[in-house]
Amino acid sequence: MKPTSIQDLATMQDEIVKSGKNTWIKVGLSTCGIAAGAQETYFELRQQLRKAQIQVEVKRCGCAGKCAFEPLVEVAMEGMPTVTYKNVSKDMVSAIIEKHITGKQVIKEWAVPQVKDKQLRVVLRNCGVIDPDNIRDYIAAGGYQALAKVLLESSPEQVIADLKKSGLRGRGGAGFPTGLKWDITSKSQADEKYIVCNADEGDPGAYMDRGVLEGDPHAVLEGLVIGGYATGATKGFFYIRAEYPLAIERAEKAIKQARAQGFLGQNILGTDFSFDLEIRLGAGAFVCGEETALIASIEGKRGYPHPRPPYPSVKGVFDKPTCINNVETLANVSAIFAKGPEWFASIGLEKSTGTKVFAVTGKVANSGLVEVPMGTTIREIVYDIGGGAGGGKKVKAIQTGGPSGGVIPEEYFDTPVTYEELQKLGSIMGSGGMIVMDEDDSMVDIAKFYLGFCVDESCGKCAPCRIGGTQMLHLLEKIADGKGELADLGSLRKISRAMQKASLCGLGQTASNPVLSTLRYFENEYKDLIKA
Amino acid sequence: MDQEQLRKEVDEIVKPWEGKEGNLIMVLHQIQNRYSYVPRDISFEVAKRLNVPLARIYEVITFYNYFKLEAPGKNIVSVCLGTACYLKGAPKLIDEIEKQIGVKPGETTPDGQFHVQAVRCLGCCGLAPVITVGQKVYSAVKPEQVAGILAEYSEPATAAAAS
Ligand SMILES: Cc1cc2nc3c(=O)[nH]c(=O)nc-3n(C[C@H](O)[C@H](O)[C@H](O)COP(=O)(O)O)c2cc1C
Ligand code: FES
Repeated sequence: MKPTSIQDLATMQDEIVKSGKNTWIKVGLSTCGIAAGAQETYFELRQQLRKAQIQVEVKRCGCAGKCAFEPLVEVAMEGMPTVTYKNVSKDMVSAIIEKHITGKQVIKEWAVPQVKDKQLRVVLRNCGVIDPDNIRDYIAAGGYQALAKVLLESSPEQVIADLKKSGLRGRGGAGFPTGLKWDITSKSQADEKYIVCNADEGDPGAYMDRGVLEGDPHAVLEGLVIGGYATGATKGFFYIRAEYPLAIERAEKAIKQARAQGFLGQNILGTDFSFDLEIRLGAGAFVCGEETALIASIEGKRGYPHPRPPYPSVKGVFDKPTCINNVETLANVSAIFAKGPEWFASIGLEKSTGTKVFAVTGKVANSGLVEVPMGTTIREIVYDIGGGAGGGKKVKAIQTGGPSGGVIPEEYFDTPVTYEELQKLGSIMGSGGMIVMDEDDSMVDIAKFYLGFCVDESCGKCAPCRIGGTQMLHLLEKIADGKGELADLGSLRKISRAMQKASLCGLGQTASNPVLSTLRYFENEYKDLIKA
Repeated sequence: MDQEQLRKEVDEIVKPWEGKEGNLIMVLHQIQNRYSYVPRDISFEVAKRLNVPLARIYEVITFYNYFKLEAPGKNIVSVCLGTACYLKGAPKLIDEIEKQIGVKPGETTPDGQFHVQAVRCLGCCGLAPVITVGQKVYSAVKPEQVAGILAEYSEPATAAAAS
């Protein structure tokens, strides 16, 4: 029977939890785990256990965020502490079975060290914990009770008021208050309205959204349905980049399972609210992460952006009011309505509430997904959690915000991470990419890398972005080749200003940020190349 | 493929998307999944079937990097050039691949064995630098390993040349 009340869901939750066993093995099977060989480890475990006739369930789960330690295998045995083993190749399986499962001895050298750091998991609450392909696991974790609460006990106005109270701001980059966005969309009058989950994740070097979609797709789905109810949307779209086949597969499965349980489709949870979802795929164009270009792409057209206003909340997909939210934003929504807006607002700082997920990569010892309360300092993220540069090297700077962001040198690492503080430093929060660079990395080269990316990805519609970007890239190449002049630095700044002011969309308006911020903090590196 | 067969295949692909607004990109994805690129004669048929001008179809195909107009080689080698992979030495892998099989990103070996492409972030940045051959992902790749990886996919004759 399909659940139609909070009580039904709580009962289901109880039953599933009770039927679970205390002894199990879990293998992280997300893109990163699979790339490191987790699939082979998983099959080997099952095969050897079967051969030895040991009755232990081997479960699959998403990415726990510790990418440097993949493949990860977690073992829980009655009467023993739960242990996670790192870098478990196929060949290590027999030892784990022999020593840990049969011999009841923890293999200390292989265990992931338990450290106390500032991580707090809201968005990633179920990632690496539940089986993303099984809706029962999500229900066992309390899933869909927030949706039931919302649909059965709140009006759309109340939902929006609660969301405003939580202080949630968009995690896709710009930090626009989500409650306000929903409010505006809900007030737009039209026969049809849409809500879109932006899973285009274009920032190269970042994979927060992939982590969530692969590890806990229902958390995003639940947020999307709540958003549909609050904004009055009749239909939802999941816009996922084509480069994430596993995320697409898991989202598809999640949608089917949610439909079967009555969390999607006609008369959701027995109420008169009906809402359904469709997946639309990106096709390798960074600009399509920008909301107006994304709309064109959903409409089956070239992903050309167009000037705002009109904003999507007034005129979006097929010219209907459309609310566009990022994956992480929506995963926060389902948590907020499960635990309450006050709870959420109590995490982080006043104007930046909740947590933020970062993909900490590059020259860092423990690269992976990290989730910390807003206001955590960069130092705590890079050193306490990331473990520094590793290999005896010194960290020089981080880069946040991808091609639209900037670098932050080491001396500013005591800055708390908030939308405003990062902006003051000439960077942005962005979607969560945090690239660590060490003493060997050239800041001119990194600026050239990002600008080259934007030049490649510029859609070419407006001249400031198309021509300005190319001219800047020529100047950077000239400098990198040792043929630069001091006057070039002035030109770079001048063109940057023109692009910021005159470009049509966010891509061009922000494309010069990596150049400006490296010029701001590392002008000497440019000058050294010019002198040499 | 004869015209009849072609029409049937296009029909199969288009049917589930019929009447859905904005379906063109999704239809093109299905086509590329099936043929590994978007063949011209198929585009002609899709234009008829969806009743859109051929120019509209080409306009979309050429905008999006993901769609290919020519048959790629048998094995598609993708080198990630996202930021994490770039910093961790992906450009060296591109050089090494060129040294081994003589092609740059965007090119196919003359024998059609390998198509090399540069891609933007495969989402395994923690394991950078990353390359994929077909569906298989190779992580933390060092230039020295490139020859061995390519050899796994080479026909005997090319394998000898690659190793
Ligand atoms: C060039 C460009 C690329 C963008 N790429 C993404 C993206 O990949 N994912 C995303 O969620 N938002 C992206 N955005 C931001 C979106 O336009 C939009 O603000 C966001 O999806 C809104 O969701 P939020 O309010 O939940 O953050 C991009 C913006 C620009 C200008
Ligand atoms: S930068 Fe290469 S996988 Fe992300």
